[in-house]
Amino acid sequence: MPGLSIENVTKKFGTVTAVKDVNLQFNTGEMICFLGPSGCGKTTLLRMIAGLDEPTQGTIRFEDQDLTGVPVHQRNIGMVFQSFALFPHLNVGENISYAMRIRGHSRSECEDRARQLLDMVHLPGLEDRKISQLSGGQRQRVAIARALALNPQVFLLDEPMSALDANLREVMQIELRKLQQELGITTVVVTHDQTEAMTMADQIVVMGKAQVLQTGTPMEIYKTPVDKFVAGFIGTSNLLPAKMSGPDSVHVNGAVLNVGGNTGHFAQGDDVLLMTRPEEVFVHHPSDVDVANSVTGTVTFVRDIGATIEILVDCAGHEVISVLTPKDWPNVKVGDQVHVEMPAAACSVLAV
Amino acid sequence: MQSSALSRYIGLIPSSVMIGAFFVIPFVLILLTSVSTPTDDGGYATGFDLQHFERFLTWFYIERALFSAGLCALIAVLSLLIAYPFTYFLTTFPPRSQTFWLIYILAQLSLSEVLIAFSWQILLSRTAGVANILVWIGVIEKSFAMTPSAGAVVAALVYLTVPFSVLLLFPALSRLDKSLIEASRTLGASPLRTFFTVIIPVTRPAIISGGVTVFVLTLGAIIVPQVLGKPEHWTLSVLITDQAIFNFNMPFASALAVVLLVLSATVIWLVTKFSGKKT
Repeated sequence: MPGLSIENVTKKFGTVTAVKDVNLQFNTGEMICFLGPSGCGKTTLLRMIAGLDEPTQGTIRFEDQDLTGVPVHQRNIGMVFQSFALFPHLNVGENISYAMRIRGHSRSECEDRARQLLDMVHLPGLEDRKISQLSGGQRQRVAIARALALNPQVFLLDEPMSALDANLREVMQIELRKLQQELGITTVVVTHDQTEAMTMADQIVVMGKAQVLQTGTPMEIYKTPVDKFVAGFIGTSNLLPAKMSGPDSVHVNGAVLNVGGNTGHFAQGDDVLLMTRPEEVFVHHPSDVDVANSVTGTVTFVRDIGATIEILVDCAGHEVISVLTPKDWPNVKVGDQVHVEMPAAACSVLAV
Repeated sequence: MQSSALSRYIGLIPSSVMIGAFFVIPFVLILLTSVSTPTDDGGYATGFDLQHFERFLTWFYIERALFSAGLCALIAVLSLLIAYPFTYFLTTFPPRSQTFWLIYILAQLSLSEVLIAFSWQILLSRTAGVANILVWIGVIEKSFAMTPSAGAVVAALVYLTVPFSVLLLFPALSRLDKSLIEASRTLGASPLRTFFTVIIPVTRPAIISGGVTVFVLTLGAIIVPQVLGKPEHWTLSVLITDQAIFNFNMPFASALAVVLLVLSATVIWLVTKFSGKKT
């Protein structure tokens, strides 16, 4: 079912354009991540869905309902703020049942719902605590519970993990995703952390400079980024300057490599970037001969962390990273002239 | 460790001397004077005599004390009612105009109570006052003097204390996390509802300290009630001045001052006690 849709939305603050002509369409129950560097307009877009900012142009719809111009408190949304924005003058239970009290529900209904929501976010029995007595992770769970108290149509989260430490972040990403799937609620998360987006999202919207650069499932974006900005933002990528030498091949550092991936609209002789992902690049010992689809380079660093081995290779001034499992270990050391194999299937080309 | 403790005590000496010389010693002198015994030549000597406190315990003075407390409470409430919304909107202004308004309000504080009292006297007079504007626009037929009256006293005292209230409320309101307001809105509360259920409760400590400060400040006002009010609008402070300066009755003035001090200390104690424990 078509759920949240954003049609031709533009937002200007004075002369600054924060969001420029964005068109997006999502199904009900999907988890969507707006991903991009700070200042790319992702938070503004989220705030427009919430109604905290109104678009300068365009329409925001949920299912058959036009939300544009509807005041925040009349939209059926739940939002988790970056700072969590828990009310310091209320205890945990009162925070969670705030929305219900505003709607005039009785004290006992509020208390029951608060207990139920605290169980859902795995904080049973904390309803009488003060906000100042909670840890960062507990605050986040309370903020989530509070936002979900009225079963909102749309659940919005603005950088929800940024106040947590690294370990807790990973735990909460998985937990939030599970909770979202359980409830089947349309959810939008703003983040600048690509791992977070890839862990949780059904759909990732990559944004940059006030515009949407690419929309797709995490794997679509990882495998076929539309440009070098997206490639650099999602995962690590190796980019080598190359020239199209045929419909499916490129010249790189004097070698000709076959490209199995998308070669798009490029014609022979065009300058392009050859993109590979580190885990699909193999390094071969100098003594190996006739390594197909490879370039040569000098090993500059080997990082062996047990589970994986990372080899940094300098190929005519450009760094190529290869991440291998121990069984593919080519037994090379810093300074070796090696063959860097980039299998055709792993190669794709992007505009310079 | 010992030397750092020592240097900390040395650092305390100047302020201790200050407080001792200007606050503790005069207070002890007031206490001693308030219980002094009268001498034959009409003066007073050190002793212990509670007659001045007994004199306070007549209905006239008790009524004055209650009137003073009531008036000051009313001024505190009115002052906060005017200052709070103003300060709230002030914090939503761009920083440059916030600075402008704060400087403007600070400048108001440089006006003394005397100046303000006499300005209000002119403003409310028959010949040059606002009544003439009412005549001019046709609301009333003939100009009249609006002083002395209780309304004039209240108006001038509120005018005097609003800048203090603004300056006391400003830090709390400008530090108020705006995302709390937005969170309340996303949870279904209208802007007005948010104001009463989030903004006011979160800034409650500032409201209380502002109210107490205005209360105590007003308790010390001596010019405004005399210039703009009738004798029945005089506060305890005016009576103290009266006793000390015009009746030369230092022991009774001191006794009244002690009562005034106890009164304000009680109010501060009660307010902090009941505002401290919430829920």
